[in-house]
Amino acid sequence: MALRDQRVTMAHGGGGRAMRDLIDEVFTSTFQPPGSEDQARLMDQALREPGARLAFTTDSFVVTPLEFPGGDIGKIAVCGTVNDLAVGGARPLWLSAAFIIEEGCEVALLRRIVASMAAEAEAAGVRIVTGDTKVVERGKGDGVFITTSGIGVIPAGVDLGAAKIAAGDLVIVNGVLGDHGAAILAARGDLALSTDLQSDCAALGHLMQAALAAAPGITAARDCTRGGLASALNEMAGEAGLSVEIDETLLPLRDEVKGVCEILGLDPLYLANEGRLVLFCPEAQAEACLAALRARPEGAGAVIIGRAKPGEPGRVTMRTPFGGSRIVDMLVGEQLPRIC
Amino acid sequence: MCLGIPGKIIAITDAGSLMGMAEISGVRREVSLAPVAVGPLEALIGQWALIHVGFAMAIIDADEAAKTLQALADLGEAQETLDQLAAAERALA
Amino acid sequence: MTPASMNFTSDFRDPAAAQRLLSAIAASCDRLGATREKPIHIMEICGGHTHSIFRYGLDKLVHEGVEFIHGPGCPVCVLPMSRVDECVEIAERPGVIFCTFGDAMRVPGTKRSLMQAKASGADVRMVYSPLDALVLARKNPDREVVFFGLGFETTTPSTAFAIQAAAREGLKNFSIFCNHITVPEPIKALLDDPDMLLDGFIGPGHVSMVIGIHPYDFIAADYGKPIAVAGFEPLDLLQSVLMVLRQIETGEARVENQYARVVPEHGNPACLAAMADVYERRPSFEWRGLGEIDASGLRIRPAYAAFDAEEKFGIGYATGRRQVAEPEGCACGSVMTGKIKPTACPQFGRGCTPDMPLGALMVSSEGACAAYWQYAGARVAAE
Repeated sequence: MALRDQRVTMAHGGGGRAMRDLIDEVFTSTFQPPGSEDQARLMDQALREPGARLAFTTDSFVVTPLEFPGGDIGKIAVCGTVNDLAVGGARPLWLSAAFIIEEGCEVALLRRIVASMAAEAEAAGVRIVTGDTKVVERGKGDGVFITTSGIGVIPAGVDLGAAKIAAGDLVIVNGVLGDHGAAILAARGDLALSTDLQSDCAALGHLMQAALAAAPGITAARDCTRGGLASALNEMAGEAGLSVEIDETLLPLRDEVKGVCEILGLDPLYLANEGRLVLFCPEAQAEACLAALRARPEGAGAVIIGRAKPGEPGRVTMRTPFGGSRIVDMLVGEQLPRIC
Repeated sequence: MCLGIPGKIIAITDAGSLMGMAEISGVRREVSLAPVAVGPLEALIGQWALIHVGFAMAIIDADEAAKTLQALADLGEAQETLDQLAAAERALA
Repeated sequence: MTPASMNFTSDFRDPAAAQRLLSAIAASCDRLGATREKPIHIMEICGGHTHSIFRYGLDKLVHEGVEFIHGPGCPVCVLPMSRVDECVEIAERPGVIFCTFGDAMRVPGTKRSLMQAKASGADVRMVYSPLDALVLARKNPDREVVFFGLGFETTTPSTAFAIQAAAREGLKNFSIFCNHITVPEPIKALLDDPDMLLDGFIGPGHVSMVIGIHPYDFIAADYGKPIAVAGFEPLDLLQSVLMVLRQIETGEARVENQYARVVPEHGNPACLAAMADVYERRPSFEWRGLGEIDASGLRIRPAYAAFDAEEKFGIGYATGRRQVAEPEGCACGSVMTGKIKPTACPQFGRGCTPDMPLGALMVSSEGACAAYWQYAGARVAAE
């Protein structure tokens, strides 16, 4: 063990032996990327199939606190990029991981984050094949920032997109909404709320593949991350040129999430998720789709929550329990706790 | 104005500074009991309070709540009677 | 029903009971001959009620003979720009930790909002409770912790208790920038306006749990208008509308208490005592859209001057303030007094949207304009 420091110092970003030790002991030994060159050289049988397409995506991850109930920044960095690929119909294969580490970050914390990434990648069936680290001075970062890029393969015949959504398609989510956002709010501690909530953080590659196998007619899917279900639906309705109506009584919400929202005056439709997707499916295949989703733990809570309709393009509405209806608009800025 | 929600007082956390723990749909938050601390603090445990900005502002009166709900139920019966009268009138006409 | 089986939230959201109330409201409107063209105007004073009305779509579910007028009961909306400027000025002083409820973060000042001040380096923190600001003051003895005391009588006791606690502990680095205001005075100002066409009021439930129901006696006794103090669940609101309509039908004008489960007739003695101990009335206070209203604001008593940010930083009413013009073309004042609907403002959806708010009613999510935009934008655009 050449790496004896308890905390990351500027030396670990200096290009010398300290940096080599950090990379070898914390990153390379855990991720075990193929080969020793700076580039990953990749081949997969799926790429040879006629009509197969490459999917490529990138995402940066910042979260406070770095570790929270149900996950950590490393797990999110894998799940987020895997999910971006998955909801496009791709089978996620390879990830890159770039770290910006703040001087003073505990090496033990870094090890935990990296181990969590490796475990999540293995479960999701992806490999972390290349990466980078930089160290910034104390105060110029927030512990650790991670950027992951991902490559996947979309098999021939799969072509998802919001523009393909048809009026009459049912709206399906894979489980309770807002757990991640509410868990993070509570975990930050500055609002002094305590809950047993866990982040919903999960990789959805296998789930999405199972849904597509059972219901090949699925027209489009998105992961409901920042901005929550409401933002995902607004984007999709806009690209589809259709209206979407969801039903408040069908929304799956945990009591604790409702509680956090009532206390802080927040709307759960806008709370972030890290393991939730929303998909549109023709009615004829909806039961098969639900059954396939529910057969996996990350889809056990799958339910139908609404329907695409002809109507004002891009408009998302929600029916209230009294038969009233309200518009579910895009969020303006970030949702702030309120007292009034 | 003035977001307030019902929470159950489940514990006294610091009797000296009149602090207690309230639970709202499984979410716990320490709140000040100063507005409702008229008798022994222990008597507040198990009571429902209206929570606003970290203060238990009022103890919710279950009897009054029941009366309000009863009035709404009675309204239903009165409405049914009216509907029946109207139906009878239409039948006669 | 026993308390154990009662749910104080969901029991008051029962759709079947809502239908019964809607039928009864419709029947009452028919008896009164109220129509879309000649509606009964009911003002919900409280912004929380405005929010509930839109959240549950009650405005479109009630008989069209009922028209809701959205009142001035949103403390963020009625805050004049000059006070936001003063917040920013305090927040930007070296060593200050400025604590605020989230509601006030985006309210525009003449130069910037608190959120923009934070982005420029001021230490602005969102907190849930004044108690959290007290905790920050204890933890940071070398910093000045200032809490933005905002709100009506519901919220005033919380800052009064916080100041009492700070005084007991001898905290030297905690103060409150007091912007607490009161409900009855602006209602009186509204009723004195000769253009006002209000037939009745829905009274603010959570303000009333502190002050009781008698401060509204003048509405019935002096102005002959019915008022029902209401809770915030949909059944509460619908029942209070029915109460007001029935009073109009019988030619009565009384203060009714729909929210008796929370609102005691005489309010909360402990809260009233703390408020009286810490606060006194200002001769007058400026309201956005309503101007200066006599005795409508509170200030910290001289005995607690050490905890008064206006005194500590020599700012605001402590100095003899400058007047700040409100943005041009902004009709927040007319909307707030119920003279026009948000959509009738020339800036609504044009110069003023939630992304780029001009007036405060578009900033706060319970402001009438933001509520119109969020819950009814397309419907309004289609009309």
